[in-house]
Amino acid sequence: MSEPVKVVPMHVRLDYIVTAGRTYSTYLHDLAKKRIVGGRCPKCSKVYVPPRGSCPTCGVPTGDAVEVAHTATVTTFCIINIPFAAMPFPPPYVVAALLLDGADLPILHLVRGIPVDQVRMGLRVRAVWTPDAELAPTVESIRWFEPNGEPDADYSTYEAHL
Amino acid sequence: MTRRVAVVAFAQLRNVRRDTEREETELVQPVVSEALERARMSRADVGFTCSGSSDFLLGRPFSFVSALDALAPWPPASESHVEMDGAWALYEAWVRLQCGDVDTALVYAYGKSSLGELRDVLAQQLDPYYLAPLVPDSISLAALQARALLDAGGCSERELAEIASRSRRAALDNPFAQVRKDAKPEELLREPYLVAPLRKHDCPPISDGACAVVLAADAAAYRHSKRPVFISGIDHRVEAHGLGTRDLTQSASTRIAAEHAGALEGEFDLAELHAPFTHQEVILRRALGLGSDVEVNPSGGALSANPMMVAGLARIGEAASRLSRGDGQRAIAHATSGPCLQQNLVCVLEAQ
Repeated sequence: MSEPVKVVPMHVRLDYIVTAGRTYSTYLHDLAKKRIVGGRCPKCSKVYVPPRGSCPTCGVPTGDAVEVAHTATVTTFCIINIPFAAMPFPPPYVVAALLLDGADLPILHLVRGIPVDQVRMGLRVRAVWTPDAELAPTVESIRWFEPNGEPDADYSTYEAHL
Repeated sequence: MTRRVAVVAFAQLRNVRRDTEREETELVQPVVSEALERARMSRADVGFTCSGSSDFLLGRPFSFVSALDALAPWPPASESHVEMDGAWALYEAWVRLQCGDVDTALVYAYGKSSLGELRDVLAQQLDPYYLAPLVPDSISLAALQARALLDAGGCSERELAEIASRSRRAALDNPFAQVRKDAKPEELLREPYLVAPLRKHDCPPISDGACAVVLAADAAAYRHSKRPVFISGIDHRVEAHGLGTRDLTQSASTRIAAEHAGALEGEFDLAELHAPFTHQEVILRRALGLGSDVEVNPSGGALSANPMMVAGLARIGEAASRLSRGDGQRAIAHATSGPCLQQNLVCVLEAQ
């Protein structure tokens, strides 16, 4: 009686070439030019960063381009402590929901340049870009955000955007 | 007592070999908007939404979740999804409407086969121990079925060429179809085999596309369409997973689904059959008992445009649209899933 087969190696490899789509591609090309450009929904007037192929509340593309500032308020955030593959830095480091000045919804990005236990809601930060020669259509054109020295933003300025 | 559910609108994107510009929201938003507009229905009026797509096809986990922006789901919407052709999403919506508490449903489907290597993706649906490791591509499997049918005397290569010729010629009248041409069967038969006994023309194109269908029940059907097309019967059946355990020259599941859907009774003006390969149209016609007087695939069918996850729902939409504009009174729409017609859905449509 031969040994039962317990494991069958089945190697699967599936390669895809995906597209970011029209709307997101425009956003990425703007990042390559050191511009953060969102889209305003023509129905509800909310400014989305990045712009959307469909406003999630109105169902129409956020057609009007709106450039937003490179400064933002930290709304909610978390401190990554657990190591995982492809993490950008050794832990601990901070990922935050950042409300850029001029935008109605936060973006997620890294916050550095401040001890992790001092990061707080309301902290004012600014984008730190890669050197000009490395700018490309990728979210990595912004390396991270760091404190810009302004006094903390009042909770009322971002409570509706959490 | 079943509620009478009607197709009140259909919208689709033009099918193309490769859409390099649109991601899921951008594929879905236009067809959903257009279908709702045609139905004179606002998003708030939609009682239930169900979609069909495949994350494996697109190479993006939760792709179907990203597409939800197109629904504008705020306030939160009642929504479901099947990792299958949208025809099965329509079936789920039909079942949901039977509950009686909602009167309308939106069904949509999208698929971009161009992003990955379609045959490698489709190989993942096969038995993981005995079949998938051999990576048999979908065309080779279809060829096995075609060979079995030819050797059993079920059809001739000439008949297959006639089906290919007729389908793509019909597609000339369909601005949404991808492969549209007028080629005589004799010309097609001179082409070399792709995977014997199938030639290129016996096989479907690789397509990117999206479509949406709006359903409305009972009195709501008349509020949302001047000529609603009622689903008088719908059923789907699945056969054994192992290809060697079933008779590939027949489609028992299609016949049983047809029986339960009422597709074996009465006259039909047209039939939209989801037959990606020419020999499969032969098998399906036989299973459905369709006479030569029934026009098959006036849209050009899956031989003219085969967006995975969409083509089955598109058959229902195409058949319903034609009845709605007066091209007939009764139609059959069919959808298939899995290798060699493993799973089949049959739907009987009647114009009012």
